[in-house]
Amino acid sequence: MKGTARLPNAAQAVRRGDRRALARLITAVENGDRNAEPALRALYPFTGHAQIIGITGPLGVGKSSVINELIAHLRGLGRTVAVLAVDPSSPFSGGSVLGDRIRLDRAPEDSGVFIRSMASRGHAGGVAIATRASVRLLEAAGFDIVLVETVGSGQVDVEIRDVATTSVVVLVPHLGDEVQTLKAGLFEIADVFCVNKSDLPGAERAEKHLTDLAGTGRPRNGWTARIVATSTSPPCGIDRLWEAIAAHEAFLDAGGRRSEEERRRLAKEIAGRVRDRVGERILEDPALHGLVDRVIARTLDPETAARELYAERFPPR
Amino acid sequence: MVRQVKQPPIRVLIAKPGLDGHDRGAKIVARALRDAGMEVIYAGLRQTPEAIVQAAIEEDVDLVGVSILSGAHMALIPRIVQLLKRERASDIPVFAGGIIPDEDARRLKKLGVRAIFGPGASLEEIVTTARTLAGRST
Ligand SMILES: Nc1nc2c(ncn2[C@@H]2O[C@H](COP(=O)(O)OP(=O)(O)OP(=O)(O)O)[C@@H](O)[C@H]2O)c(=O)[nH]1
Ligand SMILES: [Mg+2]
Repeated sequence: MKGTARLPNAAQAVRRGDRRALARLITAVENGDRNAEPALRALYPFTGHAQIIGITGPLGVGKSSVINELIAHLRGLGRTVAVLAVDPSSPFSGGSVLGDRIRLDRAPEDSGVFIRSMASRGHAGGVAIATRASVRLLEAAGFDIVLVETVGSGQVDVEIRDVATTSVVVLVPHLGDEVQTLKAGLFEIADVFCVNKSDLPGAERAEKHLTDLAGTGRPRNGWTARIVATSTSPPCGIDRLWEAIAAHEAFLDAGGRRSEEERRRLAKEIAGRVRDRVGERILEDPALHGLVDRVIARTLDPETAARELYAERFPPR
Repeated sequence: MVRQVKQPPIRVLIAKPGLDGHDRGAKIVARALRDAGMEVIYAGLRQTPEAIVQAAIEEDVDLVGVSILSGAHMALIPRIVQLLKRERASDIPVFAGGIIPDEDARRLKKLGVRAIFGPGASLEEIVTTARTLAGRST
């Protein structure tokens, strides 16, 4: 079996640019392997400098293709890029096929690119935790930019805004997409809209529609979502897509938003981690089972039961 | 927190190098491995041996399956094995499937390919072998 993370050697190896050590630590994180914790702790001070760009959107809109082109563009600018592709998994068997791996025409020896896929199923501690921890490992390994691909249609429990510094929502110019956008709440999370497959008919209309929506919508924290049309076959608009992302990143820096956003994300993450632990404790609490008996007997309802247990375990100070 | 109650899934890279565009067989195998509970990373068509080895390392897979129909197996598969060695990753087992004559199969095995499946191999056989190669019997 694969070695568990041997540390703090593993942390040193990651800092040295050892790709295998990095890959193995990500596996350990995915598996909720506690042996990874010393390395994560040792590497945490080296995080916080990368731009973390979420690329999200419905199935098949071209997220991976756009990422492919972005990598080429960014390598051209001399930036190093890591990709974390969080894919949906088969609900039937517990297994999953992690899509076509992002297909790069990169030089085989190019150490400025690292691509990793992650199944969104059943990681100990949850996908959100595994995603964040993996992103941190990629940051600590020194990548300038981390692109995180997720399927955004409400099925995946990674909230990209809780991970990324800039969120890009990818859509395609099909009738009805506009409505879906609003429904899925994608509009709220987008800093940048990418209307991909703009080689197909209807692209201009979709772009205009989104522009109108962005114009009428309340700017979130002073930023109005940008809309960029792209195509990957042949590649077109990728430079403008990166410009829009970079503009948002610059906006974060200019107004001191970056640290505010980071504070929000970290507070939410820590609270989530505490909540998980409290949840586990409560599940093992003998008092819980007494209450469950009464709820089953219909002499107590679940909400009142929760209030009782909460008041008992967390008395008001 | 619940931690590692069950064994983590086997991660396997399925690659289809070479120039022919038929990946039906590779996809069927990928699906069978998935249905057996594995995480399958599908490398896509026409990858070079360099890209396949790169992917195997970055994805930290437990094994690599190579599907070849083009007849280029004697060029491509030894190259993959050699590159894995160069990357000090020859602990990642490689298996191959496709139309590979017995004579070549023997030579590939000598070079370190751990299992070779002809067109007649059953999916069950492939799944069982993959499990064993990944170091998980049963
Ligand atoms: N016409 C056209 N097709 C495209 C474009 N970009 C991607 N595609 C095609 O769209 C399909 C899906 O592309 P992917 O990049 O895999 O899309 P994805 O959003 O990553 O897909 P999932 O990860 O499965 O959700 C592929 O067949 C691509 O070739 C484009 O700009 N124009
Ligand atoms: Mg994709």
